[in-house]
Parts: sequence; structure tokens; C-alpha cells
Amino acid sequence: MSITQTAGVSTVARLNSPQARARRARQRLRERVIETVLLLCGAASVAITVAIVAVLVLESAHFFGHVSIFEFLTGTVWTPLFADAKYGILPLVTGTLLSSGVALAVAFPLGMVIAIYLSEFAHERVRETLKPFLELLSGIPTVVYGYFALLFITPLLQATIMPNLPGFNILGAGIVMGIMIIPYISSLSEDAMRAVPTALREGSLALGATKLQTSIKVVLPAAFSGLAAAAVLAIARAVGETMIVAIAAGQQPNFTFDPTESAATVTAYIAQVALGDLPHGSIAYQSIFAAGLTLLGMTLVFNLAAYALRRRFREAY
Amino acid sequence: MSPLDDRVKPLRQDGPMSGPAAAAAPKIEGKKVNVFYGAKQALFDVNIPIKTNNVTALIGPSGCGKSTFLRCINRMNDVIPSCRVDGAITLDGQNIYDRSVDVVQLRARIGMVFQKPNPFPKTIYENVAYGPRIHGLARNKAEMDEIVTNSLQRAGLWKEVQDRLDQSGTGLSGGQQQRLCIARAIAVSPEVILMDEPCSALDPIATATIEELIDELKQNFTIVIVTHSMQQAARVSQWTAFFHLGKMLEYGDTPQIFTKPKEERTQAYITGRFG
Amino acid sequence: MAVARTDEAAMRADEGFSATARIARARRAEAIFVAVGIGVTSIGVITLIALLAGLAHDGWSRITPDFFLNFPSRRAGQAGILSAWVGSMVVMLVCAAVAIPVGVGAGVYLEEYAPKNWITDVVEINVNNLAGVPSIVYGLLALGLFVYGLGLGQSVATAGLTLALLILPIVIVATRESVRAVPFSIREAAYGVGATKWQVTSHHVLPSASSGVATGVIIGLSRALGETAPLVTIGALSFIAFLPTPPVQGEFPFISFQWLLDPFTVMPIQMFNWVSRPDPAFQSNAAAAGLVLLVMTLAMNGFAIWFRIRMRNKIKW
Repeated sequence: MSITQTAGVSTVARLNSPQARARRARQRLRERVIETVLLLCGAASVAITVAIVAVLVLESAHFFGHVSIFEFLTGTVWTPLFADAKYGILPLVTGTLLSSGVALAVAFPLGMVIAIYLSEFAHERVRETLKPFLELLSGIPTVVYGYFALLFITPLLQATIMPNLPGFNILGAGIVMGIMIIPYISSLSEDAMRAVPTALREGSLALGATKLQTSIKVVLPAAFSGLAAAAVLAIARAVGETMIVAIAAGQQPNFTFDPTESAATVTAYIAQVALGDLPHGSIAYQSIFAAGLTLLGMTLVFNLAAYALRRRFREAY
Repeated sequence: MSPLDDRVKPLRQDGPMSGPAAAAAPKIEGKKVNVFYGAKQALFDVNIPIKTNNVTALIGPSGCGKSTFLRCINRMNDVIPSCRVDGAITLDGQNIYDRSVDVVQLRARIGMVFQKPNPFPKTIYENVAYGPRIHGLARNKAEMDEIVTNSLQRAGLWKEVQDRLDQSGTGLSGGQQQRLCIARAIAVSPEVILMDEPCSALDPIATATIEELIDELKQNFTIVIVTHSMQQAARVSQWTAFFHLGKMLEYGDTPQIFTKPKEERTQAYITGRFG
Repeated sequence: MAVARTDEAAMRADEGFSATARIARARRAEAIFVAVGIGVTSIGVITLIALLAGLAHDGWSRITPDFFLNFPSRRAGQAGILSAWVGSMVVMLVCAAVAIPVGVGAGVYLEEYAPKNWITDVVEINVNNLAGVPSIVYGLLALGLFVYGLGLGQSVATAGLTLALLILPIVIVATRESVRAVPFSIREAAYGVGATKWQVTSHHVLPSASSGVATGVIIGLSRALGETAPLVTIGALSFIAFLPTPPVQGEFPFISFQWLLDPFTVMPIQMFNWVSRPDPAFQSNAAAAGLVLLVMTLAMNGFAIWFRIRMRNKIKW
């Protein structure tokens, strides 16, 4: 029996039988349906973005029907739940930027040291062991971090260098946020430094520089826009953080540039209002959407900046 | 019958290539085939016949387009989005690039063996059974067992694996893996087998085994083999086509190509002046 | 003449010393840096230990079987996390049920089916953007769309859907990377035998990519477990001292979906609730809850990492 005949029927005849044809027709229909379903899944992500923007803009539109945008963006008092309500968002914005600034001040130096150490000095085995723990830092539930900030870092600061520190303060929350975002900085910076061509390093080493001198004086400047992108992305993450600041930084909006004070961030405000009983459609309810829109705007600016910096870095190499 | 059924015409059995004339007519014919990858043209006006139950070798230096042409025959180039094929390739007289042709059916009639053996990360049995399964060739386990056994025997691998069919296909040696891939191709009972430099990743002993296999297989299959080894082409094929820079320069029976080529460049290539 | 030469020699000797001294200093700096580097990189390990130790110190006394079986109570000593951990399980179930099919589907579509045009680029950019959206914004989306827009209320379904949207980018990216890692030769072999696109994808690509996808899903779910902000926003914080309606009942129709619409609480919210109270006894409870939460998160992340390493060693291409 020739292998081209299966059970006495030639290949072509078998493939053209009515059963085979019906089978293939069903198959083609199934392929179309599956492809459509998968397309819808892909489109879901676009739908989510559209929904986010739509919900925020629509509710904010109601809000800005009552409150002028000018007052919103430039006012320095935020008391929406008072009888004589004021809607200047600047206190929340300064709270957010201040806490993120503290976080970056902590994370950037530490993250850079880690990045240089891991990419230029560490043995493979040291790297393999320590790196997963670093990645874990960004996976720890933020409510646990918040607890830590409130009940360990702040008392620690109060017991040692700042006895007058209030129980709720930006500094403690900022420090813990900094720890949380270290992996963002170290990982992205490491990648950026890896991308710097070895030729540059070798040029420096050949002149008799040590590895450390090479890293700091040659590799870092060369990787600069990549490092800047890392810093910007880390800030974006800190800006969007809610629980750590809601637990440890305070609930009172406070227009200040002093991190030892307590202040509320944009995110903490939204959480605080959501915790209370919100009549649907009240100004207070709408105010959280306006705050959310501001937050989204801030993170969007940071993400775009990071994207532009990374593109410039990629073009350089 | 559903509306979809009418839209896609099956490859006909009673087409122009049946009847007494069929024996002499080529199984596959390339007619003015031009292939583009994006803006770059890879094949220029290729006209070539592939005779039934014969081995046709495609030879030429690297990058001359022989693999590209081979992959057009079973429309594997469809998988590459930037690839465009103009002209016609006929199977039994019917153009396989006709919009109404079902590619799945085409590939059930034309099998392919690749340069680097690529068995599925499944058991040996499953590797061979996969094709028949998706085409519904076996009604029950007994029939499937028979197909698998048959295919492995035809591929010359049965004796070596008959008692370890449930082991992974990727655990075999290179030569065995390639014979497994041949068995896999045979299992769906194709009419044509395309081979893209099937021995280039194998040692000489494995190569010799596969060349013997090709010789046996040609009794039941039409085989097209791309090879960069002229000696191999001379050993296994009855017909040879020489490709150079995307054009097919010469086609003829193998002894003639290798002893009295008509084109000067063919002569230069087979005598090793370039390649 | 002899004097001048001696002076020259002396000068050169001086230079030699200072060069040697400089190099020695640089070497020392490097050694210090390596020591500092190891120390700082261990911050991951150190923080983890500090967190576990701190939580255990504060909350270990509360870890009893009763703690897991009691409902929250106004009396700190009797309060437990029953409703919280059951709520977490149920919400994560809904989250997984939505995020896995949609995320894997979207990932498969983008890698295997989508044509390379601007629409696909938009979808890709969009997925990356969504990963950078602050989690509380998802809460606002859910508030407007699910709670009020679709009328699902403050329920398990809303929570599950919200978290699914949140972790969708994680699942999509993990799927894309795993699918991309499957060698093209496998697909070619399957196409060569006459398989359709979906057959190639479902019989060959997805099984090979499954370990990477599973890892991504686990990491995503671990993130969902620890998320507080979006759920706070949809208003999950009321004093929940009951469990959702059981899905299996003794009377007709035997299967109920009522639990999807029931109010709920989850572990991080319960912890947040307790930590916000000034009473130290409740802070003890918070520590205990935090310990449970942290251990669960670490277990999931640890499993994912172990799983990924196991799979990487098993698959040989």
C-alpha cells in the first residue's frame, strides 16, 4: 500500500470528501471567531484607558461647573468638607511633590550605589542571591509599608535625631516610599549602564583608572539620560502611591515645603473622602475626580518625560 | 453545506492534471514567480517544472533564493507578513496562490522538512500523530497507532524507537530527530515532500542514512530538495535547477547539469569557482 | 651637571611616589565602595527582615487560630480576620477569572495575530501607559463605572473587576514575553504539517509559554492581594462582620451567584482599618494581619521565582 493512500483512498480524494470539506469549513469559522475574541481582548486595554479618561473628565466637568479652574490650580487652601469650602489644590500637590522628593532623595543615591555595584563589581552569585530580594521590595503590600512608616520609622526618628517630629509627618512616609522605589531606580539604572558600550570603559581602564573611577566618571555620564528616565519613573510611582502617605503622612492638607510637618497628598485626600460616606453627586464626591484628574496629569507628564529621555538614550547607542 | 464552504474551492481531483496526460505533466510548476520581501525582490521570473515521483534538487550559492522558492511551494512564506508572491505555482494544474485555495489543505498535500530538526517538545508518538490528528485521519487509537508505526517505518526510525515512543522527541540524536521530522511529514500522507537543506545540521553517517531514505521515498512521493552540497544533489536527485541571485539560470537532468551544463555560470559554480 | 641630574632624578622620584599614592588611595576607595555596595544592596534582605521582625514583635501574640476564625469586633482582643481573608480569596478569584483570559488573550493577539500597523502600536503604547497609572485612579474608574454606572455597588464583583483591570498590564506583558520566547521553528513545524493559526497557538505556543505566563499571573495576583487604595475608593471599608453568601446552597437552585454582589472586605483594608485607630491593642491586630499578609505575599512571589527557575532549567531548546 502506497503511503499516499490511506485505507485505499488517495490523499486528494480523501481531502475532497464532503466530511473533510465540512470539517474545514467549521475550522475556518472557528478561526474567525477566535481571532475576533482575541482582538476584543486586545481592545480591552484601549477601552480601559478610554473609560478612565471618560470617568475622570465627566465627573470633573461637573466639579468645574461649580469651581473655577483658576482657583483650583492656584489656591493654597483645600477645605472641601467645610461649610465655607475652598478648593485650591496646591496644598495637596505640594504634599505629593514633597513626599516624592523625600522618597527620591533616599532612593536615588542608594539605587545608584546598588546599580554601580551590581553592574560593575558584584560576582554573579552575589547578584543572583541579592537581586530577587531587591525586586521583592516593590512587591510588598503598601499598607505594610505604611504601618512600618508610622510605627517604626517615625518613632525611630523621634527617638534619635528629631524629638519634635509630629506623629504624622512627610519625612517618615517619604523615607519608606524611598525604600519601596529603590528597585525602580537600581534596576533601570543598571540596564542603562549595561547599555553603555564596553569600548568606553576599556578606554578609561587602559588609562589606568580604577573600575570605580571609570564607573563614576565615564559610565554614569554616558548613561545619563537613561538614569534620568529611571529617576522620573520612580517619581511617577511615588506620586501615585496612596497607602503609605495615607497612614503615615497625615490627613490635613497643608501648604508647606517642610517635610517634618504633616500634610496630605492628592492620593491621601481621595482615600480619605472615599472612606467617609459620600452622597453620590455632591461636590465632595466630584472633588475626588478632579483630584484624580490632576494626579493622572502629573503621572502622565512624568511618564512622557521618561519616554522622551529613554528614546534619547537609545538613539545615543 | 454552509456559505463558507462555497467560497473556498477544494483542490480538485478531476482537474486538468488527471488522466493519461498526468503521468508526463509536472506535479508542480512554477510560472513567472516573483517574490518580494518588502521592497527587496528575492526571486525574478522563476519558471521551473517539478516532475512527479522524482527528486528535484535546487542548488546555488547562499542567498540565491532557492529556499525562498521552496517555501513558496507550500506557502510557508504566508507566515512572513512582508513577503509578496507574484506569478503562479501550480499543483496538478491548479494555482495554489489562487485566493480560493485553502492553505491548510495545501499543507496536508505538501509536507516540509526543515534545515534544523524541529521536533515538537512532545513524545515521539505525539510528534508523528499530531498531523493526522488535526486532519482527522484516524477514527480511533488503533488506526492512529497504525499510521504512526507506518510512518516511523517509512522514515527508517521504527527499529530505534519502537520501545520508547512515549519519550520526548527532543531527546533523540540529530539524525534521529530529522528522521522523526520526516516521519511526521509522511504521517499525513502528502503527495509532495519539500526538504530545506535537511542534512546540513547532521553528521556524515546520519546524512547518508537520510539520503538512502530519500531514494526510497521517491517511489511514493515527489521530492524537492534544497541543498548547498553539489555532491548531495548529484547523489540523490534526478533533476537539478541552478539558482543564482534570485534567478533560475538552468534546469535539466542531473547528469547533464553536472557534466555538460549549458550556462557558463552553472559551470563556474559546479567547478567551485564561486559559491 | 651632576647636581642637575640628581635633581631631575629626585623630581621623578617624587612624581613616582605621588602616583603610587594616588593609585593606592583609589584602590582603597574602591574597596570601601565594594563593602558599601554589598551593604546597600542587602537593603532588600535587611528591610524584609526588619518588616517581619517588627510585625512579629508587635503582633505575634495575636496569631492564634481564633484570629483566623473570628470576625472583626469592637473589642480588640476578640477581633479576627475571618471576613478579611475569605474576602481576599473570593475577590482574587473573581480577579483571576477576568484577568487571566483577557490578559492572555490580549497578549496572544498582540504577539501572534495583530498586523504591524499603527493601530497595534497604539494598543502597545496603551498597555505600557496603563502600567504607570496610579492604582487609586483605577479605584476612581471603578467608582464611576462599576459602582454607580453599572450599578454593581460596593460588591465582590466590583472589587474583582477593579483589581483585574489593575493587573491586566502585568499579565499582558508576561504573556507577550513568554510567547515571544517560543522559537519560531516550532511554529514553522506546526504550520508545515497543515495546522491553522489557532492550532499552532493553542497546541504549541501556549503550552511552551505556559510557565512564563503562570509566573506573571502569580506575580499579578500577589500584587492584587496587597492592593488597598482602589478598594478603599470603591468604599469597601464598612465594618464587615459577615461572610459573602455561600455559592452552594441547600435549596433550589443550589448554585447561587449572590456572593458576587455582596459587600466584602479584604486583608489589607482590615489592616488599614486597624492601624488607623489610636488604640495600641488594635495596632497589635494590625501587625498580626500585616504579618499574615506579608507572609502570603512572600510565599506567592517566592513560589513564582522558584517556579520560573525550575522551568528554565527543564526546558531545553
